[in-house]
Amino acid sequence: MKRKRKQLNLLAIIGLLLGLVWLVPFYLMIVNAFKTKKGIFTNVLGLPEEWTFGNFSQAFIELDFIRSFFNSLLITVLSTGFIIVFASMAGYALSRNKSKLSSIIFFLCIALMIIPFQSIMIPIVTIYGKINMLNQVGIVFMYLGLGCSMAIFLVHGAMSSISVALDEAAEIDGANKFQTFWHIIFPLLRPISVTIGILNVIWIWNDFLLPSLVLGNPNQQTIPLKMFLFFGQYTKQWHLALAGLTIAIIPVIIGYLFVQKHIIKGVSEGAVK
Amino acid sequence: MRNRDLSFWIFLAPVLIALTAVLIIPFFYGVIHSFTDWNGLTVSEFIGLQNYIDLFRDAEFKASMWFTMKIAFVSIITINFFGLGLALIVTSKIRTSNLLRTIFFMPNLIGGLILGFIWQFIFVSVFKDIGLALGIDALTGFLSTPKTGFWGLIILNTWQWAGYIMIIYIAYLQNIPEDLMEAADIDGANSFKKFQNITFPLLAPAFTVSLFLTLSHSFKIYDQNLALTNGGPYNSTKMVAMDIYNTAFMENQVSYGQSKGVIFFIVVAAIALLQAYYNKKQEVDV
Repeated sequence: MKRKRKQLNLLAIIGLLLGLVWLVPFYLMIVNAFKTKKGIFTNVLGLPEEWTFGNFSQAFIELDFIRSFFNSLLITVLSTGFIIVFASMAGYALSRNKSKLSSIIFFLCIALMIIPFQSIMIPIVTIYGKINMLNQVGIVFMYLGLGCSMAIFLVHGAMSSISVALDEAAEIDGANKFQTFWHIIFPLLRPISVTIGILNVIWIWNDFLLPSLVLGNPNQQTIPLKMFLFFGQYTKQWHLALAGLTIAIIPVIIGYLFVQKHIIKGVSEGAVK
Repeated sequence: MRNRDLSFWIFLAPVLIALTAVLIIPFFYGVIHSFTDWNGLTVSEFIGLQNYIDLFRDAEFKASMWFTMKIAFVSIITINFFGLGLALIVTSKIRTSNLLRTIFFMPNLIGGLILGFIWQFIFVSVFKDIGLALGIDALTGFLSTPKTGFWGLIILNTWQWAGYIMIIYIAYLQNIPEDLMEAADIDGANSFKKFQNITFPLLAPAFTVSLFLTLSHSFKIYDQNLALTNGGPYNSTKMVAMDIYNTAFMENQVSYGQSKGVIFFIVVAAIALLQAYYNKKQEVDV
């Protein structure tokens, strides 16, 4: 069908143009990170006259990148891990227990998702300040609280495809509830756990506001926080700022390229539910 | 069948503790304190609805509310327009669709703060140079006026979220049965007619999902606002979340800031309830 071929070609061209347009911000950021201050001033759109690496080394040091990367990693992995495990336990218990109380508790968990962070940020800072939890331990606990509602909802949904017969078979074999959960149910929850993991990693890794309120100690600070401070210090010194921004997004881009398919699948499921 | 024995509660304990300590207690603590003259450290008296009365007269707060609504409303249109458009391209049979899908979704993975800084560079520096070179005045001084600040936020918001909404539309588009399309082909329908009579109606739930996602997300914008314009010039592009933050932490009006936070909750909850209502309604219709 000639007409169809023509249409597809047109679509392919439009797609290509849009794709290029979509990438332009990245191009501009990277290209100008390699220029000197003067280089950006004279030519902002083109490739650098001389490729400078100095911006990157300076940004890397000022962002304390190794430490802030480690902080972001630690907080993200721990928080997400706790969310997955504890929300799965809760989702399992709530879905297997069909009583009225169970339904009420489930509804409560879901309803709490509505509360926006700005409505509770002042009390959180005040209360946790008083008990000395404005640190990495505190923040992981906070992420658990903030993230588990959505996770419980997703696990509860996924539980409907896991037959009760499995629970019963395990019980007959003498397993207690914990063994049943850990050895049989939790492995079967792997797909939804991946979805939950991805959604939370994206959110927590990039989160700025909560860390800015909780992590006062520079040694505990995460990448977004350091980026904010760095940018504030070097405003208008675009060559440095852009180098810093490039460094900051490299882990995200690398991670994305590796697990792209899973990410898109996870986001798709999470949003449609 | 689980009964309400110890194991049930042990399985629930971690999340119940976390939800209580991080959401429930702070929420009620905040609500109660919004009725006092709390300054973050001490409370000396109960002031009733005074904060809320002040809030309704607060021109800046109202301005930020209004600005936020404008951003949300326009974003809904742009994000959904691009989201659907990109989805249609990606689900067509062109060979580059996987690559394009990867590209369009990429901005969504990067934090709002970093995106805000990248676009600040583009609007302030790149636009200026292009504007000077081509003699287009409108491009120089971008972000230095309320109007350009507004559109800057819209462009950023769209670039960040169109890919995410695209994923949703793709999921729904892929659920449209092939035979429906083939039957239409046999009946001689062209692409436009097919879209109009099959695709569009079947995407109705996708519209609803995307509408509410975009709405609630746009309402809560903070990082991008901070990084792109910092509310400037002169607080003209300050969104609600930033207003709350500034009131509480920079102007040190803690209980007043908290009352704004409570109002913010009410608005966001109203949106969520509307969404739940619409979902229920659609389920019945289909």
